[in-house]
Formats: sequence, structure tokens, C-alpha cells
Amino acid sequence: MHVPDGFLDAPTSVATGVVATAAVAVALRGARRELDDRTAPMAGLVATFVFAAQMVNFPVGAGTSGHLMGGALAAVLAGPWTAVLCLSVVLVVQALLMADGGITALGTNITLIGIVTVAVGWAVFALLRRVLPSRLAVVAPAAAVGALLSVPVAALVFTGLFALGGNVPVDLGAVLAAMLGWHTVIGIGEAVVTGLVVASVVSSRPDLVHGARSLLSERELETRTIEIA
Amino acid sequence: MSTRGFFVVALVVSLLVAGVASYYASSHPDGLEYVAEQTGFLGSAEDSATADSPLADYQTSGVDDARLSGGLAGVIGVVVMLVLSTGLFWLVRRRETADSEG
Repeated sequence: MHVPDGFLDAPTSVATGVVATAAVAVALRGARRELDDRTAPMAGLVATFVFAAQMVNFPVGAGTSGHLMGGALAAVLAGPWTAVLCLSVVLVVQALLMADGGITALGTNITLIGIVTVAVGWAVFALLRRVLPSRLAVVAPAAAVGALLSVPVAALVFTGLFALGGNVPVDLGAVLAAMLGWHTVIGIGEAVVTGLVVASVVSSRPDLVHGARSLLSERELETRTIEIA
Repeated sequence: MSTRGFFVVALVVSLLVAGVASYYASSHPDGLEYVAEQTGFLGSAEDSATADSPLADYQTSGVDDARLSGGLAGVIGVVVMLVLSTGLFWLVRRRETADSEG
């Protein structure tokens, strides 16, 4: 969903630029709590993998394609604040090096892909973790549901931005319906990739998964209690 | 799996996805581009200021073979991402307390 230059007018692009800058500044502070000597290299690899995965568009029918956005994936693996930074680095490298996503649209793309998909993906994941049993087995499915919903919500926010500052007067109802429809299908791909990647990391190194860490410390605590008893 | 082993596997997977699997990616327009075309605002898209960059559109300029051109751009992108993001996160990270660094 990389927005090119020209879709949105200058005031809207400036506004999303301000939102993106503020979010990155807050995320730089928040990420400190998520990153240490062990998780910092992990977060670097999460950002790198998201960049790689975004190169692989999968067909979604009728001549359309989609690719992983990665907000939910990065949030569950590296933590939500770190995920905002992961996606921001990905989007800056794509815009500057690969001409993928406009330069004046960088704030818009960070807002949609770096903030909205991370926030929705993490919020849904955290909610599901709270209502589902505290088991490692729920981590990947919960991440997948967060991923599934994050994509249509980002499409919805794009449509809202387009309604405010679209450079071409078109039927907004048609834009909304088409954006939501296609991005719900793309969200299924997002859910599958996110679920598979999170499941494979959880099965090999659950301690490196931010969204699984509280489950491991609980387990450690139980073991110690038994030993003392 | 050791932490080092895990990180090596993650990097190799990223290199293979960007360097090899990307060649088989769907070339159809993505969801936004498709909707823009269908609803009539695709024409307002402008070329990026970096459209003449040597790696624009994930192709390496001067390399004719499509598989090599895209693969090389992907591998360069992965290396740039790894250096920039790991560097950033290493700077941002919480330092261990003074006595544990000892």
C-alpha cells in the first residue's frame, strides 16, 4: 500500500509528516524499554526480514497483488515501539533507495504502515492474549488475527486521508468499498505469513519473541517455586 | 538453537527472500494501485524524486539479466537494512547496569 507522491495534497502530506515525526520520537523513547544487548540484534533482523518480505507480492486475484506490511509481525516479535522504528527504517530505505513510496508521501506511509498496522496488530494481539489461555500456543494465532485486521484498518485510514486531501475528486464510496474489499483479502495473506513466521520463531526461540516473554517468565517462576518446595 | 545460530538463519532467510524469491513475486499492481486505477485517481501519481536511483523499482541499473538485477537490488537492500536498523537499535537499547558491565 505504498502511497506514491501526488495522491494526497501538500497540507495532508505535511500533517501526516508531523504525525509520523512525533510517533518516531515517542517510539525512540519507548523502544529503550524493549531493547537490550540480546533483543537489539533481533529487532534489526526483524526490520531486515520485513524489508525482504515486502518485496514478494502475492496474487490476490483479478490482476491485483499484495505483500506483507509487517506491522503486527514486528510488534509481536520485537515489541510495539520497536516495531514503529522497524517499519520506519524499512519505509525510508524503500523511498530513498528503491523509489518505492513517494518522498513527500513518506510521512503518510509511515503513518499507515508504520503506525496504524503496528497499533492495530499489537492492540488486537494484546487483547487476545488477555482473554485466551496463557500458553505459548496462542501467540502465533493471536498475531495472525492482529495481522488480519491491521491491513483493512490501514486501508480505511488511507481512504480517510484521501477524503481529506485527495488530489482528484472521485467517488469516495467506491474508493472505500474497493480499498476495504481488496485489503481484507490481502489481510488474509498478511495473517498467514505472520502466523507462520511467529510460530516458527516461537517453536525455536520463544525467549526472542517480545509477545511471548511474559509467558516464559511465568513458567520460570513456577519451576523455581517447585524447586524451593 | 543458539542465539548466534538463530540470527544466522534469520539473515540467510532474509537474503533468500529478497535475493531469490522476489523474482517470483506477482507483478500485478498492489491493492492501492489497482483501486486507484479502477476508481480513477491513479493518474495523480507522480514519479518519485529518487526514480533515477541505481536501485529504483528493485532493479539494479546496468544489470540486464532480470533475475540478477532484482536479486542484487534485494541483497543490497537487505545489507543496508541490517546495518541501519541494527545500528539504530544498538544505539537506542537499554545499557546494562554499570556493575554488570564490570
